[in-house]
Amino acid sequence: MPMTSRSANPVNGVLVELNEVSFIRSGTAYLDGASLALRPDGRTIIVGPNGSGKSLLMRIAHGLLKPTHGRVDTGRPDGSPLRQAMVFQRPVLLRRSAQANVIHALALAGIPRRSRREHADHALASFGLSRVAHRPARILSGGEQQRLALARAWALEPEILFLDEPSSALDPAATKAVEDGVNTFHARGTKIVMVTHDLGQARRLADDVVFMCCGQIIERTPASRFFSTPVTAAAAGFLRGELILDTGPPASGRGDGGASF
Amino acid sequence: MNSPDPFSLALSLIATRDPTLWSIVQLSLQVSLTAVLLASLIALPLGALIALFRFPGRGVVITLLNALMGLPPVVAGLIVYLSLSRAGPLGQFGLLFTPTAMVIAQTLLVLPIVAALTRQAIEDLWEEYREQLRSLGSGRIRAIPTLLWDARITLTTVVLAGFGRASAEVGAVLIVGGNIEGVTRVMTTAIALETSRGDLPLALALGLILLTLVAVINGTAYLLGQASSRHMQ
Repeated sequence: MPMTSRSANPVNGVLVELNEVSFIRSGTAYLDGASLALRPDGRTIIVGPNGSGKSLLMRIAHGLLKPTHGRVDTGRPDGSPLRQAMVFQRPVLLRRSAQANVIHALALAGIPRRSRREHADHALASFGLSRVAHRPARILSGGEQQRLALARAWALEPEILFLDEPSSALDPAATKAVEDGVNTFHARGTKIVMVTHDLGQARRLADDVVFMCCGQIIERTPASRFFSTPVTAAAAGFLRGELILDTGPPASGRGDGGASF
Repeated sequence: MNSPDPFSLALSLIATRDPTLWSIVQLSLQVSLTAVLLASLIALPLGALIALFRFPGRGVVITLLNALMGLPPVVAGLIVYLSLSRAGPLGQFGLLFTPTAMVIAQTLLVLPIVAALTRQAIEDLWEEYREQLRSLGSGRIRAIPTLLWDARITLTTVVLAGFGRASAEVGAVLIVGGNIEGVTRVMTTAIALETSRGDLPLALALGLILLTLVAVINGTAYLLGQASSRHMQ
């Protein structure tokens, strides 16, 4: 797992802590002073309009990007690195069999060679992919590919799993499979952090909701309250489906994938 | 002059297993395949390194590699000739006019092609894989074998392009090999010699055999690639 710009271990039980984190490129603050503590329990769903910095926030929390300002603390009290994984909007699969994809991830995680195959087969079975284990990953259907990405993450036994709109390109059946997968992780005690555009999905999965707009975290509220009585007017407007006109950084040229960073 | 038809001459040369022809074909393949192997061993990782790392002068290196793809074989031959000649820096090894010298010259010709095309292929693939590989904890160095393996179909074509250049060139092997019969004579230099001697049917026959060899090697690689891409997309 990327360990860049990580310093101290966060305090008691927090897995990842963002402290006044900003991401500024050529004068534009794509993320502006965001603070967020991610604890081991529950499913944190991040929602907000396009260009609000959701994906960026998650990439910084995962360690894929370094913030330009602020601090990200991660790790366990004993100093060992946190096991984390991420599932992207469009699964990036190697040009190998489904099983070889999982084995490759296990190799990178330092799992001894002799036990990789067994781990991989177990993970594939958990996501109903045993039948296609030896098929080339890139010719699987979209839903199977995303389940393979989940199985690959599953094999790594992460303590925290990041998901960036994992079902936005999938049909309802495949979406259901992804949501079931997320809950399988949740049941194993993996902390879930997920960005979604789909408010229905947020309702189905969220334990707490982080609402972002214009590069800032506007509020973080338990799901039971967020969908009925959100704290801020902006969130209320967002829930009503109002168009929130971005007053922050220009959203032009960057999708919500944030991949251009 | 009652010259024989080059096709039947080629066939009869092959059919009679003409020992001179056979040794020429063997040496041609040996020199070019060794050169391609050596060049690939260096150029595949080198191209991947240049693709993955940013360093000062990177643009110059890429431009240079691209330019060297068009390095004239006679110039490569001249450089190797000067290095290996008695007065040259590597003169003490007495390699001039040996197959080893020919391998060195062809390696020099093939290396830029494989490195430059590998750089491009790996850079494109890295763009696609970067976030996922970093998320899985792969550093850039560790990503190199992953990327080279995943680009294997493209890279097969790249290596074939290198082989095409090696097996087709005449200038470099002629200068550093000297076209000595039974020692450094290969197909291309033999063709050049027979043409200048006026034995056109023999030259044509040799040309046909060379073409067939190259076609067979490329055809085999193409079929392998097809089979592989069907299975591995």
